[in-house]
Amino acid sequence: MSRAPLVLKVALLAGLGAFLVAPDAFAPLFRPFAPGDSPPIYAQTPLLRLAVNHIVLVAAATLAAGLLAVGFAIAATRPAGRDLLPFARAVANLGQTFPPVAVLALAVPVVGFGTVPTLIALVLYGLLPIFETALTGLGGLDPALLEAARGMGLTGRQRLVQVELPLALPMILSGIRVSAVIGLATATLGSTVAASTLGEVIVSGLLTGNTAYVLQGGLTVAAMAILVDAGFLALQRKATRRAGFRS
Amino acid sequence: MIDLAHVSRSFGARTVVDDVSLRVEAGAILTVVGTSGSGKTTLLRMINRLVEPSAGTVRIAGRDVRSVPPHLLRQGIGYAIQGHGLFPHRTVAENVGVVPRLLGWDRRRIAARVDELLGLFRLDPALYRDRLPAALSGGEQQRIGVARALAAEPPILLMDEPFGALDPIIRGRAREDLLAIQRRFGTTIVLVTHDMDEALRLGDRVAVMDAGRLVQEASPAALIGAPASAFVGALLGGGDRAFQLMSLRVVDDLVEPGAAPGTPIPAGTSVRAALAESLWSRRAALPVSRDGVILGRVTRAALEAQGAGP
Ligand SMILES: Nc1ncnc2c1ncn2[C@@H]1O[C@H](COP(=O)(O)OP(=O)(O)O)[C@@H](O)[C@H]1O
Ligand SMILES: [Mg+2]
Repeated sequence: MSRAPLVLKVALLAGLGAFLVAPDAFAPLFRPFAPGDSPPIYAQTPLLRLAVNHIVLVAAATLAAGLLAVGFAIAATRPAGRDLLPFARAVANLGQTFPPVAVLALAVPVVGFGTVPTLIALVLYGLLPIFETALTGLGGLDPALLEAARGMGLTGRQRLVQVELPLALPMILSGIRVSAVIGLATATLGSTVAASTLGEVIVSGLLTGNTAYVLQGGLTVAAMAILVDAGFLALQRKATRRAGFRS
Repeated sequence: MIDLAHVSRSFGARTVVDDVSLRVEAGAILTVVGTSGSGKTTLLRMINRLVEPSAGTVRIAGRDVRSVPPHLLRQGIGYAIQGHGLFPHRTVAENVGVVPRLLGWDRRRIAARVDELLGLFRLDPALYRDRLPAALSGGEQQRIGVARALAAEPPILLMDEPFGALDPIIRGRAREDLLAIQRRFGTTIVLVTHDMDEALRLGDRVAVMDAGRLVQEASPAALIGAPASAFVGALLGGGDRAFQLMSLRVVDDLVEPGAAPGTPIPAGTSVRAALAESLWSRRAALPVSRDGVILGRVTRAALEAQGAGP
C-alpha cells in the first residue's frame, strides 16, 4: 500500500471520530445548509450513539450472513452436498434480487417494527456476495493439493480447517468486504421501520427540508464505508500473503 | 509386505484394473509401468484406499487394509505424487511436518526430523526451513514432496510419477537420492511410471500393466531377457536390450587380478558405462579402483559378455 492513501485514511478516521464526539464544533460548516434558524446539527439523538448502533447492526448482520454463506459454501463443496448447490444458490440469489425495502415491508407485519426486520433484510442482502466468493475460493483449489492432503491421512475436517479454509480466506474476505459496505448503506433504510441507525438523521433532514442533516448522515455513512472497505482490503492482502500467493 | 489378491476396480461399466495379483517384499522397490490409462494410478491408490477395490483384497503385513480406518491407514503410508501437492500456505518445515503433527509428535522431534530429511535431500535446513513452496524451484518442490512423504518414517512409500515434471538431469539426481534414502531406511516402495527406463533402473521388480491387466511381473533382467508379450517387448523398445541389461549391472563382479593402463574407473560403475569408456579410450582392459585402491582390472571381453541374451 502506498503512503499517501494511508495518510488520507488516517485523517478521515480522525475527522470522523472528532465529528461524532463533538458534532457541535462542526456547526459553522453545516450552518449554510440549514434553512432559517433551524439547528445545523442533528440533536434528537446523539450522533455518536446512532453511528455505534449503525455499525453494530451492520457488523451483526455481516457476521450472520458470513456464517450462513460460508456454511452453505462448505456444504455445497462437500461430495455429499453437491445436491445442495442449486438450492443454496437460489436462496442467496433471492436475497440479493429482493429490494431491501420490500424485505422490510414484508418483515414488519411478522416481526414488528425496529431492529429485527432491518437485521433480516441486511442478512439476506449480504448472503450472496459472500456465498459466491466462498464458493469460488473453496471450489477453485488445486485438486492435486486436496488429493495429497487426503493421501497423507488428513480427515475431511482437517482438510477443511487446515487447507481449504486458509486458502479460500482471501476470497471469503473479499465477499465479506463487499457485503459490509453494501450493508452500511442499506442500514440507513432501517430507520423507516424505526431501527436506530444513521438513516434517522437523513430521514429527519428530508422530512424537515434540512439539507444539513441529510449531509451529516450521508457523509458519516460514506466515511464509515470507506474505512471499513480499506480495513478489509488490508486484511485480505495479509491473508493472500499468508496463503502463499504472491501479491 | 504388500499383497494384492485378485484386485479389480470398475468405474461404471469400465473395468480399469482387472484381476491383479501382486506381492511386494519388505524393503523392495516395485515399479509399475504401462501406457497412460492402463490403470497404474488406480492400482496404486487402492493400496492406501484412496480408491476402494470393486473386488479382491489388499493386505499390508498380512492385514486387510479395510480393517483400518482410511485416514489412519494413510498416515502410516508415505504418498508422493507428480506435481508434489505441497500446501502453498505452509512453510517447507510445516509441509514436511504435516504427518508427524497428525501423529502427535512433539515439536522438538518434528523439528529434528525435518532438518534430518532436508539434509538427506541436500537442502540446507537453515536456508529452506522457513520458505514457502512458491519460493522453491521445481526440483526443490519435488524433493520436499518426497521428504514430506517420508517424514513419519513410514514402512511403505507409494509414488505416482514422482519425477514426471523434472528435467532429465534433475530427474537423474532425484532417482539417485531416492535409492540412497531407500537403502538407508529400508522403505518398501511402489513407484508408478510410464517410463520403462525408469522402471528398470529403480525397480527390484517391475510390473507391466496393459489395459488394466498385469501382463508381466519380473526382475528387470528377466523382463529384458524374456518379455512375456509383444506389448512388453514394444515397451522395452526392442532394439537395445543388450545395453539395457548392461546398464543394470555393475563391474564389481567382473574384476579379475592383473594390471591395466590408464585412469581407473570406480567400483560401482555400470557395465554399460565401463564398456563405453573402454571403446572410447581404446583400452582392452580398464583398472578398477575403490576409494583410490586398485582392485584389479576388467576386460572388454568380460564386459561384452554381459550383453548376451539368455
Ligand atoms: N474416478 C474415476 N472415475 C472414472 N474413471 C476413472 C476414474 N479414475 C480413473 N479413471 C479411468 O481409469 C483409467 C485408468 O486410469 P489411471 O489409473 O489413472 O491410469 P494411469 O495411471 O495408468 O494413466 C482411465 O481411463 C481413467 O480415465
Ligand atoms: Mg497415472
